[in-house]
Amino acid sequence: MTSVQPAATIELSEKARAAAVRTAPHVTIRGLSKKFSDATIYDDFDFDIPRGKLMSVFGPNGCGKSTLINMIAGLFPADKGEILFDGQPLNKIKFGYVFQNYREAVFPWLSAFDNIAYPLKVMGVPKADRNVRVEKIVASLNVKIDLKLYPYQMSGGQQQLVSIMRALVVDPEILFLDEPFSALDYEMTLFMREQLQRVFQETHTTTVLVSHDLEEAVYLSDRILLLSRHPARAVEFVHYDAPRPRTDRTMTESDFIQTKAHCLEIFQREVRKG
Amino acid sequence: MNWKRLEILLPFVGVAVLLAIWSFTVWLRIVDPVLLPSPVATFKAMWAGMFHGKLGVDFIKTVERTIYSTIIAAVIAIPLGVLLGSSEKLYRSVEFLIDFFRSTPASAMFPLFLVLFGVGDRTKIAVAAFGAALVILFNVAYGVMNARKTRILAAKVMGASRVRVLWDVMLLESMPATFVGLRNGVSLALVIVVVAEMFIGSVDGLGQRVFEAQQMFEMPDMYAAIFAAGALGYGLNLLFLTIERRFVHWAGK
Repeated sequence: MTSVQPAATIELSEKARAAAVRTAPHVTIRGLSKKFSDATIYDDFDFDIPRGKLMSVFGPNGCGKSTLINMIAGLFPADKGEILFDGQPLNKIKFGYVFQNYREAVFPWLSAFDNIAYPLKVMGVPKADRNVRVEKIVASLNVKIDLKLYPYQMSGGQQQLVSIMRALVVDPEILFLDEPFSALDYEMTLFMREQLQRVFQETHTTTVLVSHDLEEAVYLSDRILLLSRHPARAVEFVHYDAPRPRTDRTMTESDFIQTKAHCLEIFQREVRKG
Repeated sequence: MNWKRLEILLPFVGVAVLLAIWSFTVWLRIVDPVLLPSPVATFKAMWAGMFHGKLGVDFIKTVERTIYSTIIAAVIAIPLGVLLGSSEKLYRSVEFLIDFFRSTPASAMFPLFLVLFGVGDRTKIAVAAFGAALVILFNVAYGVMNARKTRILAAKVMGASRVRVLWDVMLLESMPATFVGLRNGVSLALVIVVVAEMFIGSVDGLGQRVFEAQQMFEMPDMYAAIFAAGALGYGLNLLFLTIERRFVHWAGK
């Protein structure tokens, strides 16, 4: 009988650990520092990115919004500090990254299909499996583009959709988007917001979105990280928990308007400080 | 109206005007007929030379030499260009040398290459390959250096290794510039081959044909050889342009 007791404890603690993992922050940033030649962008910056939430980063121009996700995603190194994903370094995890400038981020010599399949090729996935996974992601997004086309034969929005699918095809644990819609026209931007919301609702992948559009940031996000001028501090981490799917009506509700007004107030206070 | 359909004939207008002026000049005897034969006499000489005479053989010889030298140049210059272009520091350290020899008239190198390779095909091909290689090298290296940083980052973010980035991204990014280099290279190779054929003890080739016809005062043959050389240059350019359009379909888009 004595042997049962420890076994039950282990089972319990495993459950507890699983629960802890589910609620623990996904990404922990500690002591992050980054200097460019003319400015200190981050100085001993600490932050936790919550799991399974869509988070936006918003702040004054040049405060280091993009720098933050670029360092988290390893596009360039931090001077100091540690960034861990469930306690693991970046090279142990799968993630997706969507660039602002889709024109320069997709490969013009590959068809849309091959562009989406490319990260799988890098990972060494066999061709047959690659095709299946691309078909799956295309179907789940309900995309109606001729994927035999080359990027230069597609509209800007379609190209960005291709690069979003390219980021999602690896089943990322975390998805980064650096102002993904800012080079698109308004009609396309609205459409793409819905696509992103849909992806998030289906997968609940931890998502970090850099945005320069406050309305967009609030509309899409569960959390909004408001940064100060550099060296950047987290001024406030705003929660916005309106149910999904959010629609145009969401933007007329008082909760949305108040959250947006609150963020704007903080933003303007930070801008004036500069 | 059918004007739209007639527009495809526009390129021939210039040719027709040139032929008209030429015929008129001959007819009026403004120029000594020995120096300027009629278009008809010239094209007869060209036809006879190409299909029954030595001109055809010379034409083939020049094509061979030009293609060989371009292939040798490409085989050396493309990998070297990718290597140099992948490191800006490396390229900067040899940039002066490349620019210096690129600016040196290849014809000034004939005597040197004669000493190195002796009298014969090898010298002609070597000088032409030397000239073409520098042009190709320069273009490939710049193509690689100017590869879109975002595209390279995109591949890196997806976990691509350095070799894969070089192979999958930089090499393809440099393709449009590489083809510009190849087209310029083949044009230069043709120029050098034709000049080389005129001198250094040649027995065949278009350059030798032009030179010999001039020495024998066979003016229709000389003009025929000149036009053959022109057609060859135009044809090679067109060939490379066609390959480029098929192969580097994304260029300039």
